[in-house]
Amino acid sequence: MGAYFSEIFRGLQSLAIGMGITFREFFKPVVTVSYPMETIKMSERYRGHTELVENEDGTPKCVACGMCQRACPSKSISLASKSVEYEVEVKGEIKTKKKKVLTKYNLNFTTCSLCGQCVESCNFGAIDFSKDYNLASSRKEDFHFDLLERLKERNS
Amino acid sequence: MSAPIDIQPGETFTLNVGPQHPATHGVLRVKLEMDGEYIVHAETVLGYIHRMHELMGENRTYPQVLPNLSRLDYLGALGYTHGHVLAVERACGIEVPERAEYIRAITVELNRVASHLFWFGAFVMDLGGFTPLMYAIQDREYILDMLERVTGSRLTYCYYRFGGLYNDIDDEFIPAAKAFIPRMRESLKKYDALVTGNIILQKRLKDIGPLSKDICKRYGATGPVARGSGIDYDVRKNEPYSVYPEFDFDIPVYHECDSFARYKVRMDEMEQSLRIIEQGLEKLPDGPIMPKKKPKLIKPPVGDYYQAVETARGNFGIRIVSDGGKNAYRFKLRSPTYSNMHLFDEACEGMLIMDALALMGSLDLVIPEIDR
Repeated sequence: MGAYFSEIFRGLQSLAIGMGITFREFFKPVVTVSYPMETIKMSERYRGHTELVENEDGTPKCVACGMCQRACPSKSISLASKSVEYEVEVKGEIKTKKKKVLTKYNLNFTTCSLCGQCVESCNFGAIDFSKDYNLASSRKEDFHFDLLERLKERNS
Repeated sequence: MSAPIDIQPGETFTLNVGPQHPATHGVLRVKLEMDGEYIVHAETVLGYIHRMHELMGENRTYPQVLPNLSRLDYLGALGYTHGHVLAVERACGIEVPERAEYIRAITVELNRVASHLFWFGAFVMDLGGFTPLMYAIQDREYILDMLERVTGSRLTYCYYRFGGLYNDIDDEFIPAAKAFIPRMRESLKKYDALVTGNIILQKRLKDIGPLSKDICKRYGATGPVARGSGIDYDVRKNEPYSVYPEFDFDIPVYHECDSFARYKVRMDEMEQSLRIIEQGLEKLPDGPIMPKKKPKLIKPPVGDYYQAVETARGNFGIRIVSDGGKNAYRFKLRSPTYSNMHLFDEACEGMLIMDALALMGSLDLVIPEIDR
């Protein structure tokens, strides 16, 4: 009989201790942010979708070698290039040389898993992670990014 | 409460818990044959989110499989990626710099604490208490913020590389981790007073959901489930890997075999993980994070390789059979909760349904990891 009542007493005591803890939490500072009104800054290494890195003159650093395309586990990257002739002066003579120029760089973000294999495989530092995270949409096409177009928009 | 009862034949009905049900934490379906409130027979049905991770491991090159491993268990992802990189490093004979191994151990243990914190919140919510979940998530947020600054992602990390790490820890990580340890110890005291001492929780868990040593061994249960049943087995101690032999920590074991014992094991494990993090930060050597000599193309020699690691849920094994090519010939994953879950079918017979859900919560099921 005594054990029965002492258990009731200890039970009530444990509930009171719990209530005390939750009561004290009332007066702790708020740790959340009200999201659409305030946003938090993403950390330095935050991995958003990839973005092309530009040269000083605004052209993409990418040389269209296709390493990122091969490294991607989910085949999310598709790129195209054309070869362009350009003139260069070597020892007073004007010579024409050929180089590859990126014409299309599409990232299918619906299948991307942000592993970073493309960024790691790039020998020219031509792709980097962006800090974008407000990407909600109800249309699938909104996640097929044309990174070259985005680069032009950024520069204009 | 859970004494077996006399069941009249032909008086049962079938109850489907899941695949979409908050108590199953994911798309797990449990077919219960019920007699009133008592379970006569239970059958777990899997396959709702099967994604063929093993086949993907055979079709992709070794570095391409890296992001897959963190999609198994989204709560303790680093432990699984650790197992994978260790297996491939063993196969290729890659030497890992000491600093990289220490950072791996510290981040894995942080991730284990985060995983246990989330389990703690979700488990108490299963039992009907909502508040502890919020406290647990608040503490977990500190860990996620720390790991986000280092790894770049919050949940499905792809941080470890064959031979080392994607990038070194930043300047803020060490002070943040050092400040986190006393904070977390305070929180553990708070949880003890708020939840462990709570009479309702004790009445719901003590002597409920017994899993004997025998059944754990038959089904191959590992991790906190086995340690709650008195089996002193932890891969970190029994088959040491990485830098774990250099740390001083204990393996909590309880012999009560009930849901409360499994609860206590996880709460104690958080403290032990904090001890490992503390020592790791103390001993963290300087140096490179990637080896100088690393093969450009990962092509393990012909052979059969196996590596087991202790994740937040138990013994995770990974077997790679290589035929010398760029892809693995066989990529087998042994996930701990797959074995742990199958205890449920046998153990919950004759139990009240609410007790069975408490038992299921104490097993710490993460469905994407069962259904790979």
